[in-house]
Order: sequence, then structure tokens, then C-alpha cells
Amino acid sequence: MTTKELELTANSIRQTIIEMLLEAGSGHSAGPLGMADVFTALYFEVLNGKPDQPTWPDRDRLVLSCGHICPVLYAALAYRGYFPRSELKTLRQFGSRLAGHPHNLDLPGIETSSGPLGQGLSQAIGMALGARMGDKKWRTYAILSDGEHDEGQLWEAVLFAGKNKLHNLTAIVDRNNIQIDGFTEDVMPLEPLADKYRAFNWYVLEVDGHNFEEIIAALRHARAVFEKPTVIIAHTIPGKGVDFMENDYHWHGKPPKTEEAQKALRELRTLRGKIRSEHE
Amino acid sequence: MSKLTYLCPINQDYQHMLIPPRDGFGEGLVEAGKRDKKVVALCGDLVESVRMQPFATAFPDRYIEVGVAEQNMAGIAAGLSFTDHTPFMASYAVFTPGRNWDQIRVSICYSQANVKIVGAHAGISVGPDGATHQALEDIAITRVLPNLTVIVPTDSIEAKKATLALAGHRGPAYIRFGREKNPVVTTEKTPFIIGRALKILSGHDVTIIACGQMVARAIMAAEKLQKELSVGVINLHTIKPIDKAAIVEAAKQSGAIVTAEEHQINGGLGGAVAEVLAEEHPVPMIRIGVRDRFGESGEPNVLMDHYGLGVDDLITAVKQVNQRKKHAR
Repeated sequence: MTTKELELTANSIRQTIIEMLLEAGSGHSAGPLGMADVFTALYFEVLNGKPDQPTWPDRDRLVLSCGHICPVLYAALAYRGYFPRSELKTLRQFGSRLAGHPHNLDLPGIETSSGPLGQGLSQAIGMALGARMGDKKWRTYAILSDGEHDEGQLWEAVLFAGKNKLHNLTAIVDRNNIQIDGFTEDVMPLEPLADKYRAFNWYVLEVDGHNFEEIIAALRHARAVFEKPTVIIAHTIPGKGVDFMENDYHWHGKPPKTEEAQKALRELRTLRGKIRSEHE
Repeated sequence: MSKLTYLCPINQDYQHMLIPPRDGFGEGLVEAGKRDKKVVALCGDLVESVRMQPFATAFPDRYIEVGVAEQNMAGIAAGLSFTDHTPFMASYAVFTPGRNWDQIRVSICYSQANVKIVGAHAGISVGPDGATHQALEDIAITRVLPNLTVIVPTDSIEAKKATLALAGHRGPAYIRFGREKNPVVTTEKTPFIIGRALKILSGHDVTIIACGQMVARAIMAAEKLQKELSVGVINLHTIKPIDKAAIVEAAKQSGAIVTAEEHQINGGLGGAVAEVLAEEHPVPMIRIGVRDRFGESGEPNVLMDHYGLGVDDLITAVKQVNQRKKHAR
């Protein structure tokens, strides 16, 4: 895909996220919108997978540790063809395969279960170790939130991956600076985050999480790193693409109401008033 | 002295043959590793005392030292299981499942990860290390988790069989055993099937349903009482899935039940048996276990007696419940 096509795909995914959250009536807005570009880059440019064969043994694995941003994962999977897009609006409903937090047994393309923070990096490490023990070439990607770095388990995992030189593992941190109770640096300061990872023997890259060239270059760069796991700190804007949601931590854990959703969709469809929407 | 008729092969010399059940686990794990390359082992800085050293020596490429990090260990084990490995992860029971229950719940049980959780040094008989290291709640917190099989082998031979059975069993499981030498009740010929209670003695007056080293004590109590009461003994090595049929059959045959476990009386084997009886066939029942309190430092046998887990405590309970049976209804 060209960068332009990736941007348009991410924009469509953002609109879908707003529609899913409106229909669900609960869920998280800021994180999924902020990570739409990273997920688009992963599923449309980087991950080696077969949507019609989701358990293909040689696929790359993606572990979503911060399960609460799953609307972006579900939307990316559906856009990539893992399951019908029509199912996306069943998010969080009784009988749906799209649980409020992802469950590996429910939906094609979901590798693990997550929700309680801090667990995904350990799961991803197990997969990366398993690949190494079995001499497999596929890679494991772990998506982490910045807020979940408050969890002790995450640092147990960071220590372990450094010790074991898991160069087939790439972690991507959604560095959006917010968590439920406020800004990360007020709730529990994480900086200097890059230095912390370096001190634990990781290879660190930092990118603008809304710049496709940077995101994709970093994900490819990580494949060439030897004898160290790589962490890509993706600086993202929570609520990206919707003006009144951007950088406001109150949007971390709530969905838009009908009028807010309409406003958000109008903004996304017109690329902030730059073009006329076909819906207008 | 024994004239009792055993319902399965039993080691007649059990009172003098004392081996730590963890030794059986260690042997079983090596054997499982030989049979199946997919078996891998993880340990949290306790490789010798949980008896994983023989496996680590035999299969260094399949042994993973996690350090003192039980939460991480549970997640890594889950991830390994998704790459078609069969991980056994071990620490002391107070740390796994004690320290990492949420990780066991979400990363392992909810996800149906094929992980075998090994809780060593369980029970009050850990002794001098004191209350912090005496796991007395682990059965309760594991048996409430959906998808999780919970096994408490009675001795080293059964621990070995259970380990091998779990290596071939698909799905999450927890196995717990103590630190100390304890009587080897079973023999190589004694059957072991996950989920099937082992009927050792049949009793018309009272049946003792026990797990772990309390099975040997239950047999001793039955032998001592044989002139006055007919006492049955069941080794309920699988707490979950529980063998309801065996429990109900014993309740119908004896009309009274005593449970015995090296665990809190609340929520463990006694609780599980009580749940079955209350719904299926209520009979008078007494639970033997640690009575809702923390342990303390001391020599294992001193603690077992002090906390009401001795053979005499079982004998008293059997007599009491038999009396209560007469007054019931």
C-alpha cells in the first residue's frame, strides 16, 4: 500500500471504531483511535499472516497486552479479512465474538486473552521462546500501553527478555501519556522510559506513531537487530483524528454519545474540513 | 496387625517407607521429557527444592529459569503452550498459585493454555519456615477456576503417575504436594486416573475422604478403629473435576463422612465434598483441616498434631460423626 492508502485505511478504521463504540454504549475511545495508524501499518504492511487461515503455523504473532483498546484490533482484523466487517457492530454485546476485552478462543486472529494489564509481554515472550526452541522464523509483536508499565509483572518480563536476548520479539509501546486517572507523569512517572529499556538490555527506537514511514521503517529495522529484543516507543495522540478527544484523558475509558459520535465521524470523513464528505 | 481388605493394590509397609512426593514429581517430569519433546519446564529460582534439577540436567535446552517472578512465569508458560509446547511451571504453592492467581486465571485458564502449574512445599508440614511459606489456601483458590484440573497426589509414586498423566492431558492443571517425606501408600500397580477417586477401603459406618499425606493417616485411623467401626477410605487425589459418584456412593454406604486435608477446612477438599453432599446426598460430616487460622514455625509432626491433623484427630472425628449419624433425622 502507498502511504496515502494506509492513511485512508486508518481513517476508515477510526470511523469504524467510533461506530462500534456508539453501538456498544461502553468501551474505550482514546487508545483505539490513537493506535489506528500503528495497527494499520502492522496488519497491512508488516505482519506475515493469512486471514483465511488464521492459525497458519508460520504466521507472525501479535499479542495485545492492553486489551481495552481491542476495538482497533477487531477493526484492523476485519478490514484485513479475518472475519466479516458486519460483525464489528456486535462489540460487547451478549453472544458476540467481540468481547469487551479480547479472548483467544472467540475470534480468528486473536492469539491470547488480555484485559488485566501487564500480562501480554510475558505471553509474547513465551511465544518468542517457543519459536526459538522450535527454530521457527516468525516474529512476535507485543502491543503495550504506557500506563501498564505501572505493573510489576511488565518489568519482570522486560528483565527476562533482555537476559534471553529475544531478538525475535518486538514490543510497541503506545506512548500516549494518559491513563484512567490522568496523565502518566502525574499518576506514576515513566520517564525516562527509553533509558529504562536500554538499561534492561533492549534496543530502543522512538517514532511518531502517526507517521507511516517512521512506523514501518522502525518495524523493519527491528528485524535486523541482533541479540536484543526491540521496543518501539510510538508517540501517539490519544483520540487522534477527533479534535475534542485528542489529549483529553477523560476520553480514555468512555464511548461517544450519539451527537459526539456524529461530530467525530464528520470530522474524520472530511479530514478536518479539508474535503467534503459524501455523506453531507 | 492389619486384617483389612483393600480394594486396590496398597503398599503394606507404608508406615515405614517414607519418601517426599516431590521426588516422584521430579522422576515423572524427566520421564515425561523423554517421552515427549514438547514437554518444557520453567522454574522460579527453586530448581533443586521443587525437584526440577533432574529435568534441567537432562534437557538443558528445554529448561527455563525465570528468576523470582511467578507472574511472568505464568504468562511465559501460557505463551509457550500456544507454540505447541507442554510447559510445567513450578514454585512453592504460596507463590504459584498464591502470587500469580490473576495470571493463572486470565493468561492460562480463560485462554485454555495447556500449562501444568506445580505448587511445591504445600501444607503446614513445610514446618520451620513458618506461616508465610505454608500454603493452606491453594486448593481453594484453584478449584474455583473454570477449566482448571486440580490434583493432590498422596505419595511419591502417585505424584510420578500424576505428572505423567498431566503431560498427556490437554488443558490447564494444578498439582500440589508437600516438602517432607511421607508414607508411600500406593504401589506401581495402583491405578491412577485423573478425575477418578481411588477407593482404598470400604466402610459401613463412616468413610474418610482424604488427599495428600492425610490418606496414609486415614488408613491408620481405619486400622486402629477396625475392631469397633467399619471405616472406609477414599483417596480423592483429583479435587477437580470431582468424582461425585464415588462421594455419593460412600455417603450412601456409610451414612457419614469425614474429610481430611492439609489445607484450610474452608474451600478445599472438605468444601468440595460438602458441596457435592449438600446437593446430592446430605449426611453428617466432619471436616479435618487447619481451622481457619495461619500456621507457625515448628517441626512438621509437631505442627500436624497441634493443628488437628493427627491420626488421633481423625479417630475422634470418625467416632463423633458416627454418633451424630444416630441422632440425625
